[in-house]
Amino acid sequence: MANEIIFKEELAPEVKLIKVRAPLIARKAKSGQFIILRVDEDGERIPLTLIDWNPKDGTITLVFKEVGASTKDLGKLGVGDAIHDLVGPLGKPSEIPLHSKVCVIGRGVAIAAAYERAKKMKEAGNNVTAIISARTAKQLIFKEQLKGVCDKLYMVTDDGSEGAKGYANDFLISLLESGEKFDLVYAVGAATLMRSISETTKPYKIKTIVSLNSLMVDGTGMCGCCRVTVGGKPMFACVDGPDFDAHLVDFEEFRARIHMYDEEERIALKIAGECGCRC
Amino acid sequence: MLEFRLKQVRMPELPVEERLKTFNEVALGYSEEQALAEASRCLQCTRPLCVEMCPLHVDIPEFIKLVRLGNYGEAAEKIRQKNCMPSVCGRVCPQEVLCAMGCKNTIGDPINIGALERFVADWELETGAAVPEIRPSTGKSVAVVGSGPAGLSVATELAKRGHHVVVFEALHEPGGVLIYGIPEFRLPKKVVKKEIDYVKKLGVEIKTNVIVGKTLTVDDLFDEGFNAVFLGTGAGLPKLLGIPGENLCGVYSLNEFLLRINLMKAGLFPHKSKTPIKVRGRVAILGARGMDAARSALRLGAEEACIFYQRKVVGRTDDIRRGLEEGVKLHSSTKPVRLIGDEKRWVKLVELVKLKPGQPDRTGKPKLIPEPGSEFLYSAETVIIATEHVPNTIAATNTTRNIKIAEKNKTIIVNQETLEAAIGIFAGGDVVSGAASVIKAIEAGKRAAQSINAHISKH
Ligand SMILES: Cc1cc2nc3c(=O)[nH]c(=O)nc-3n(C[C@H](O)[C@H](O)[C@H](O)COP(=O)(O)OP(=O)(O)OC[C@H]3O[C@@H](n4cnc5c(N)ncnc54)[C@H](O)[C@@H]3O)c2cc1C
Ligand SMILES: Cc1cc2nc3c(=O)[nH]c(=O)nc-3n(C[C@H](O)[C@H](O)[C@H](O)COP(=O)(O)OP(=O)(O)OC[C@H]3O[C@@H](n4cnc5c(N)ncnc54)[C@H](O)[C@@H]3O)c2cc1C
Ligand code: FES
Repeated sequence: MANEIIFKEELAPEVKLIKVRAPLIARKAKSGQFIILRVDEDGERIPLTLIDWNPKDGTITLVFKEVGASTKDLGKLGVGDAIHDLVGPLGKPSEIPLHSKVCVIGRGVAIAAAYERAKKMKEAGNNVTAIISARTAKQLIFKEQLKGVCDKLYMVTDDGSEGAKGYANDFLISLLESGEKFDLVYAVGAATLMRSISETTKPYKIKTIVSLNSLMVDGTGMCGCCRVTVGGKPMFACVDGPDFDAHLVDFEEFRARIHMYDEEERIALKIAGECGCRC
Repeated sequence: MLEFRLKQVRMPELPVEERLKTFNEVALGYSEEQALAEASRCLQCTRPLCVEMCPLHVDIPEFIKLVRLGNYGEAAEKIRQKNCMPSVCGRVCPQEVLCAMGCKNTIGDPINIGALERFVADWELETGAAVPEIRPSTGKSVAVVGSGPAGLSVATELAKRGHHVVVFEALHEPGGVLIYGIPEFRLPKKVVKKEIDYVKKLGVEIKTNVIVGKTLTVDDLFDEGFNAVFLGTGAGLPKLLGIPGENLCGVYSLNEFLLRINLMKAGLFPHKSKTPIKVRGRVAILGARGMDAARSALRLGAEEACIFYQRKVVGRTDDIRRGLEEGVKLHSSTKPVRLIGDEKRWVKLVELVKLKPGQPDRTGKPKLIPEPGSEFLYSAETVIIATEHVPNTIAATNTTRNIKIAEKNKTIIVNQETLEAAIGIFAGGDVVSGAASVIKAIEAGKRAAQSINAHISKH
């Protein structure tokens, strides 16, 4: 069955991994790309990063956090269920450097995307450092897998329950201040994280790439919902990105735009919760 | 009696006060009695100009004659021989500049050909359209990229000739602009779905959620054994204005606004749809293509919807009249200068400038130029940018086949006669012509089908 979920695992509270049968996407996927899916007939189109793909068995792996109505609906599907609509791969593949010293930074559910990137960077022969962060130890996902693909792995939690206590950005600052050098920094996570990392690396002139998780509808360049300003120019995150040079991104605008529908999303969540069904 | 003959039978419409409460269709269609009365006005010309003016050359007098005889099924069949989507064209074709413009009923109103077409097509879809005879399988197969009117037209024609056709569509629903662009109150999606069901009954396979150029490439399609490829990918990319403030919250492209409402059913949020849309206060629509957006905004509770444009609002005469009746405001000879936001980056004001006639341009028409000092502000909480659209070239560029694309407007360059873009690859509809019309896309599909048929019969 197309789009069938063949494996499901809870990685952390509200963070789930699913393996889905999608042979065409698995055949074409490249690092940094994403898919768009709709859980059911009335569903919203939501983008999720491709964390892994296997052209041989025709499956793709997605990792998502249940933050709102659509991701909660997705979380309700189990092994054997099919996702109503699934399209991809979307977006530009990421540029993987060669012979470089890179630092990959991810927070929360986005550690999954950071892992995908770290793995590809390592396979290409780079020296890879990863800094993963979360609120608390339980949310540090992909630890074991990351150990396998990183030369150095640092963990940071807000509450100090695992690794260093504090924030990823402060940790990066201390690394840089202690003389650590990187050719490239890649950061993925919430807008505030990506912005602070970008501000940190700018004075050091370290090339920094971020994956912008703009709001999207079609994901093919049709609507412009995902538009961001990069280097003063309008760009569509779904076709020109999602990766962009962090030092050129207008984060202020980006942040405002991803919160455009917060009020509506709360209503949707309330309705989904109140009557306990998807009516 | 004479009075009756001179005047067109008016199509019943939803009363204005009813319209804004729902997205229900506004034009209600003729009753049988009305259709018979209108059909009786046709002069049955021997050399009918209406047929010449129709891009598909539908035999109009003949189908009207069949209506008079009460043979609605045969009348529909007559149209279908030339036009694969009569119930759609009856609703959205600008008949006033096509068939009806050729109507020689010079002493009275032209015949309402569109309304009669719609009447018989709806009658046929209600009672179940007869599936025409399909030739035995030729063993050849054709991949059609895009399921808008151009793609569906080419698929229909090739399926009838016995070829196996697979349509690939990027979105989760087939139909192109008919599904995601034209609103429900002008073209109910139920009608489009019935026309698509008809295409499927001819044996055409439709695969949604496949982006050619991403999920599969044109090269992959040939590798899979397709004998020819048709690109009917439309002109669906928005062109922004390039003015300051365009990325403020509350600013939509026409496509985003209509996609959310039509494809994602944002009007039914939060109960029957999970996709939100924000329409608050006054809505400014910037550009001549904004009538559908303005009418939709009023239905979603806008206090006011005002279209700012330069020369002429795009749309069928009837639809513009209906929009004005519903309260859409028009403001011509203006151009937006910038959008101004509040401290939370939500749009709150549009600055515009008035335009005045200047030196004549190449066509001899005076060019509109900004009138210094005429800048003014319009307060709006939602802004929709309704300017031009350009083709999406994902399918045409991600291939090793040599498909040429015009530098300026991104259209695919084809042999004008055969619509061939490269060996075995054909293209038609908006992707070749730039944003045009449903009937022109259908015509291109038919023409391409002939060339494809000739091409695959040879190879
Ligand atoms: C290219 C891309 C790749 C992505 N990859 C992943 C992924 O691999 N795993 C994953 O869990 N999520 C990913 N996301 C984000 C994911 O698409 C959203 O979490 C999802 O659409 C939320 O839908 P919802 O209805 O459940 O929540 P909503 O009800 O839409 O939102 C709930 C809350 O989350 C916030 N929110 C929603 N979307 C975003 C966003 N894009 N960025 C920041 N905050 C947001 C809202 O403001 C709101 O407060 C990605 C987004 C993009 C654009
Ligand atoms: C708001 C609006 C109102 C309109 N009103 C009217 C009207 O009243 N009367 C009229 O005659 N005309 C009208 N038009 C114009 C008319 O709709 C178009 O000219 C017509 O739909 C063009 O048909 P098409 O098949 O070429 O393209 P489209 O209808 O645009 O269909 C193209 C399809 O191809 C798909 N596609 C694109 N790229 C890919 C890819 N790489 N892989 C797979 N699929 C792909 C798209 O998703 C889309 O479904 C209107 C247009 C708009 C936008
Ligand atoms: S999501 Fe529609 S253009 Fe990017």
